[in-house]
Amino acid sequence: MTLLSVLGVISSAIFSGTSLLYTTLGEVITERSGIVNLGLEGVLLVSASTGFAVASLTGNPYLGVLAAALAGGLMNLILGYLVVTRRGNQLASGLALMFFGFGLSALIGKPYVGAKIKGLPRILLPGLQELPRLYASLFRFDLLIYLVIPAAVLVWWLLFRTRWGLGLRAVGESADTAFASGRNPWLIRYQALFVGGLLAGLGAAHLSIAYAMNWTEYMTAGRGFIAVALVIFSKWHPLRAIVGALLFSAAVAFQLLLQSSGIKVSPFLLDTIPYLLTLLVLIIWGGTRKHAAPASLGRVYHGTE
Amino acid sequence: MPDQSHQGSAQTPFIAMREITKTFPGVVANDQINFDVYRSEIHALLGENGAGKSTLVKILYGYYRADAGRILLDGKPVSIRSPQDARRANIGMVFQEFTLIPALSVAENIALFLPELPAVLNRREIHRQIQALSERYELHVDPQVMVAGLSVGERQKVEILKLLLSNARILILDEPTRVLAPHEVVALFRVLDHLRQDGYAIILITHKVKEVLQCADRITVLRAGRVAGSLPRAEADEGKLVTLMFGRELVGPKAGRQKARDEAVPPLLELRGVETRAEGAETSLKGIDLRVYPGEIVGVAGVSGNGQRELGDIVLGMIRCARGKKLLFGEDLTHASIGTVRRRGVAFVPEDPLTMAAVPFMTVLENMALTRTWHYARSGGFRVDWQAIRSDVQDAMGRFGFSFPLYAPARALSGGNLQRMTIVRELAHGPRLIIASYPTRGLDVQSAIAARQALIQARDDGAGVLLISEDLEELFALSDRLIVLYGGRIVGTFRPEETDAYTVGHLMTGAEVQHV
Ligand SMILES: Nc1ncnc2c1ncn2[C@@H]1O[C@H](COP(=O)(O)OP(=O)(O)OP(=O)(O)O)[C@@H](O)[C@H]1O
Ligand SMILES: [Mg+2]
Repeated sequence: MTLLSVLGVISSAIFSGTSLLYTTLGEVITERSGIVNLGLEGVLLVSASTGFAVASLTGNPYLGVLAAALAGGLMNLILGYLVVTRRGNQLASGLALMFFGFGLSALIGKPYVGAKIKGLPRILLPGLQELPRLYASLFRFDLLIYLVIPAAVLVWWLLFRTRWGLGLRAVGESADTAFASGRNPWLIRYQALFVGGLLAGLGAAHLSIAYAMNWTEYMTAGRGFIAVALVIFSKWHPLRAIVGALLFSAAVAFQLLLQSSGIKVSPFLLDTIPYLLTLLVLIIWGGTRKHAAPASLGRVYHGTE
Repeated sequence: MPDQSHQGSAQTPFIAMREITKTFPGVVANDQINFDVYRSEIHALLGENGAGKSTLVKILYGYYRADAGRILLDGKPVSIRSPQDARRANIGMVFQEFTLIPALSVAENIALFLPELPAVLNRREIHRQIQALSERYELHVDPQVMVAGLSVGERQKVEILKLLLSNARILILDEPTRVLAPHEVVALFRVLDHLRQDGYAIILITHKVKEVLQCADRITVLRAGRVAGSLPRAEADEGKLVTLMFGRELVGPKAGRQKARDEAVPPLLELRGVETRAEGAETSLKGIDLRVYPGEIVGVAGVSGNGQRELGDIVLGMIRCARGKKLLFGEDLTHASIGTVRRRGVAFVPEDPLTMAAVPFMTVLENMALTRTWHYARSGGFRVDWQAIRSDVQDAMGRFGFSFPLYAPARALSGGNLQRMTIVRELAHGPRLIIASYPTRGLDVQSAIAARQALIQARDDGAGVLLISEDLEELFALSDRLIVLYGGRIVGTFRPEETDAYTVGHLMTGAEVQHV
């Protein structure tokens, strides 16, 4: 294995981890308010296709990113209507949202299959100008990549250092108590869903507008579900989500590297490495009291009489 | 400044509730209730379990919405549709069941209820406010710890701090003294007295008639959802209030001491040098040697947070012994599961029934079956005999003289009814060893008498009872032997007739430990 291939793994982990991290951050926010979104896969698809379509139509990738984020927020609001206002079961509603997303994204994306767009511009990390071109090309990142760690810190700050975050976590732990403190649990859950959807939309935008720079049906390939798993992995904490997303993506990239280096292992087995890793970490870290799930996660809030 | 003309006038009540009616499926909790509170007044609400006290104050706080009736603030009608409205009208409340979030710190829990919380939290400022107030009112808690690790007494203090910091002028306290130690009750009443002098209006719910006569200015008694009477303190006495509450006078339990114990009988419970390792704010037990014999009630006195919860938990097996041995009925069950311990005949009344004895979203009947599913399982566990459960429960309710709804979810029960449910479930099946933590907490006078009578009955039938309580009167009345816990150690063992409340009270605060 050469230095180049190792750097290649790191670079591709960063590229594919970014969309995963945005999505995970969004899901951390919604789950902290007590809602688990199993439809995330569908949300990502709709965002990715909408963003790609807008980028292609306008020729402006940043408008595409904006559209993708808004699409994510709106998709999550649909879930909000189902589980907050109509008080539906979260798991069933989430799965319904996912299938809806599959269909809708295929519809939106159909005219754009194979279309070319101007992707998000890439900027070389300052200080790396001296590197040979081949190396330097590995470290030319787009704006969304540079913003993802600050986004994680921002989410942490929002959740743990602001009044809004305190109220949101209170709703996720005990909606009754949040109500007694003068808050509106339904409204807060809608807000959490919207903000979470915006972040998921950014993740999807990175996938279709910055990383792959094309649209294919079902291009998210399970990222929505991986994000839900990563939220558990990171114990509902935005900073631990950084580690989770990077580790997971590095495992995927490493596995690709192994395959390309011609080592004789079944590619199907290699494919499972990242998932095994996630399982392993879940088993080792386990669930302790301090890092337990929000107490009302998945529970419908009925209000008082 | 707003117009002062109608403020502070002694004639118009600060709060007037008019013809408040509220029904829940199957019960009229409040039936055309009129209730007034004036400035500079402590107004006590009395009534038996399920009389509708909590419902009435929850309506005032906007937590429930009345079916009919009006609320007037300073003579002007106000619409209180949510706690937010109530807080805007300067109404604050300590709920009977805790509204604390275990996964958050004390400071975060209090911040949640601060009226003018800035959008970006300033933790140092919040800590400072808490510390200043807790020193001023002698309600000491550490703002940084997680609520999950606090004892119920400490939680109650946090609840009171929450209320005092919320800038409310109308304070509702629903059974705040239920879980406090006697000296803390005295401190709380001193606080309330101060606030009264500053013009606050205070609504106090309690089951302790003595407390009411100590500090209330006016007393309203509810019975079955209606106002049974309302009178100034000067006209009230214990007999009158009890008659208003129950419609008749009450007789106390006949305790009668245990007959001379046969020393040859082996103990039911024996702890030998038991120690635990503390987690968070728990107290670790240190070198506990304790025996409970058949036919005796062993009282455990102590200020909550000194190892009482751990003592109960260790007997049941909820926490592990770090060192030492636990023998139950002569068998070494140090590492046995809770299921094994329960099946051997151990009953457990925990200190906080809503979180530790009941599944809030299941019905009362389902909760009743929970600890004995193995007994009611049919067809190899594929079916449950609900018929048998119901007849057993009804039979037991009759014996104890308790009644409560069977098909409501446990979280809809009034605080006292939940305690009644727990007691019936735990004592109904002839247990051999009973661990009862604060068994009469939240019960009205009549139910408390019935619960004590049930413990005495169990003892007379040969069971052993470990009675954990902060109520010294109760401990002295029931115990055959009394131990005092302080800092996780047993610091004294007495026969109740050979000591007095003063000595025990001193030991409880650790006062004499240094000199012994
Ligand atoms: N959310 C609810 N749903 C259904 N029934 C309820 C609900 N809350 C209270 N009730 C019923 O209303 C009646 C009055 O209850 P409430 O809690 O006001 O009694 P309380 O006077 O506070 O009694 P306690 O002294 O035991 O606390 C009870 O019969 C209770 O079961
Ligand atoms: Mg009550």
